[in-house]
Amino acid sequence: MAEQPTTTERFIQGILPENPVYRQLLGLCPTLAVTANLQSALTMAGAVCFVMFCANVVISLIRNLLKPHLRIVVFTLTIATFVTIADRFLAAYLYGMSKMLGPYIPLIIVNCIIICRCEVCASKQSPITAAGDALGQSIGFGIALFSIAFVRELLGTGTLFGFQVMPETWPGWGIMVLPPGAFLTFGILLAGVNRITMYQDARKKHRGL
Amino acid sequence: MEKEKKSEPVSKSVLKSAKEEETTRINVGPSPHFGHIHSTTRLMMTDVLIALVPVILVSLYVFQWFAVKQLMICILTCIGTEAACTRMRNRQSTLYDGSAVVTALILGLSLPATAPWYVAMIGSVVAIGIGKMVFGGLGMNLFNPAMVGRAFVMIAFAGVMSASGYELASTGVDALSQATPLNIFKQTGAITPIYDMFWGVTNGSIGETSAFACLLGGFYLVWRGVAAWEIPLGVIIAVIFWGTIGTIINPESQWTVLHHLFSGSLLFGAFFIATDPVTSPLSAKGRFQFGIGVGIILMLLRSFSGYPEGMMFAVLLMNALSPLINRWTIPKPFGVKTSRIL
Repeated sequence: MAEQPTTTERFIQGILPENPVYRQLLGLCPTLAVTANLQSALTMAGAVCFVMFCANVVISLIRNLLKPHLRIVVFTLTIATFVTIADRFLAAYLYGMSKMLGPYIPLIIVNCIIICRCEVCASKQSPITAAGDALGQSIGFGIALFSIAFVRELLGTGTLFGFQVMPETWPGWGIMVLPPGAFLTFGILLAGVNRITMYQDARKKHRGL
Repeated sequence: MEKEKKSEPVSKSVLKSAKEEETTRINVGPSPHFGHIHSTTRLMMTDVLIALVPVILVSLYVFQWFAVKQLMICILTCIGTEAACTRMRNRQSTLYDGSAVVTALILGLSLPATAPWYVAMIGSVVAIGIGKMVFGGLGMNLFNPAMVGRAFVMIAFAGVMSASGYELASTGVDALSQATPLNIFKQTGAITPIYDMFWGVTNGSIGETSAFACLLGGFYLVWRGVAAWEIPLGVIIAVIFWGTIGTIINPESQWTVLHHLFSGSLLFGAFFIATDPVTSPLSAKGRFQFGIGVGIILMLLRSFSGYPEGMMFAVLLMNALSPLINRWTIPKPFGVKTSRIL
C-alpha cells in the first residue's frame, strides 16, 4: 500500500491544493445556496467545520471496527449525530441564522465533502491526522464560501457583513443575490483559480526543465 | 525522415483550413443552390448594420441624445470586451468581423432610453463575455448574446429596467414623458393610436418604437438572405392567430391584432433578434417552428405575466429549444425512405 500523507501534508492539501470546492468540486449545493451574504456563508462554514472535525475523529477512532460493506452507513450515522448537535445549537443560540439557513444545516448530513474525508482519510489514518485533515478541508471550504459570498454580497447589496461599504448610490445588482448570481460568480471564480493553477504548473515545468 | 516531411504540409493545410473555418460561414443546404450566399461573417454583419440604419435613425429622432449615449456606451464596451476576451484566450482578434458591433447595437436598441450608463455597460460586458466568449466565441454560443446581456441587467437592475423605468418626465424629449403603449394598456386599458406606433413616436426601448423602420430593415435583411424569412413569418403568424382569438373572445376590445403587431419589440425582435443564425435552427421547417414558438411564448407573457412585453424571454427560451428542433427537423436526403437519426 502506498505511503499515506502525514498530518501536515493533509492539513495543507485541504486549504488550496485540494480545495474541496475549487479543486474537487464537492459540496456545491451549500456553496451555491448559502453564499448570498457573508454571515450565512461563514456560519455554514463553521457548522461544516464542527461536523467534519468530530466525524473525522470518531471515524478514525473506530476505523478498525468498520466492516467494508457497512462503512458508508456508519459514516452517515456518525455525521448525522453531529449535524443534529450543530442544528440544535444554532436553533438555540442563533435562531435568526438558523431560520435563514433553513434546510441547509440538516443537509450537511449528505454533504459529500465530509463523507469523502471519512472515506479517504479518517477510515485509514490515525485520529490526529484525521483531525488535521478535517481542519485543512474546513479552512479550504471556508475560504471558498467566503470568496463567493464576498463577491455576491458586495455586488448584490453593496455591503459586507451587513455594513455599507460601497457608496450610497451603489445600485444593488439584484441578480447577484438570486441563484443565477451564485452560478455566475462560482463559474468565474473557478475559471480564475484554474487559470492560476495552470500558470503555476507551467512555471513548475519550466523550472524543472 | 521522408515520411515526416511528407506529412508536414498535410497537417499544415489541415490547420489552415481549421483556422479558416472560424471566420467563414458556409451555407449548407440541399440543392438547388441559388440566391445570395454570404460567405463571410463580415459581409453578413455589414448587411445587418445597413438594415439597422432606419431603426437607428428613428431612435435618434425620437430619443435624441439618450439614444446616442446608450448606443455609444454599448458599442465601446462591447468592442472593449471582445478585444479583452480574445486577448485572454490568445486568439486572433475577431473585431473585424463586426459581430461585436451588431450585438452592441441590438443590445443598445433594446434598452430603455432612460437607463443609467452602468446598465448599458454591464449589459454589454455580460453580452459579449458571458453570452458569447465563455462558450468559445461567435458561432459557439447557445443563447443570443444581446439578449443574455439584456436579461442580466433586467434581473439585476429591476427598478430601472421595469416598465415604469421607461418614463422620465421633465426632459426635452416628448416620448419619454409617457408610458410605453403596452404598459398603458396593461395598467389602464387605454389604447395608443395605431398611427403613432407605426411611425414610432411612442415611448419604449429605443429601437423598438417604430414598426415602419423595423419592417423596412427587416425586409432588407430578408431580401439579402441574411435573415431567414421563416422566423419572422412564424412569429407574425403566431401573433396574428393569438390576436384574432383575442378579438373573437372579446370583440369590444380596442386593442386589435394590428396593435399587437406594432407594439412592443415584436417586429424588432422578429426580424433582428430571433433571426440570429447562430442560435436559431438550421432547417427551414425548424426555423418556422422556432418562429411560431417565439410568437406563442411572447403572447403568453404579454397576456398572463407581470411583464408587459416578453420578446427577450421568448427568444431565450426558444434558443434553448433550438438544438431539439434541429434534431426533430433533420432534412431527409432525396431517395432515402426513412430519415435516420445518427
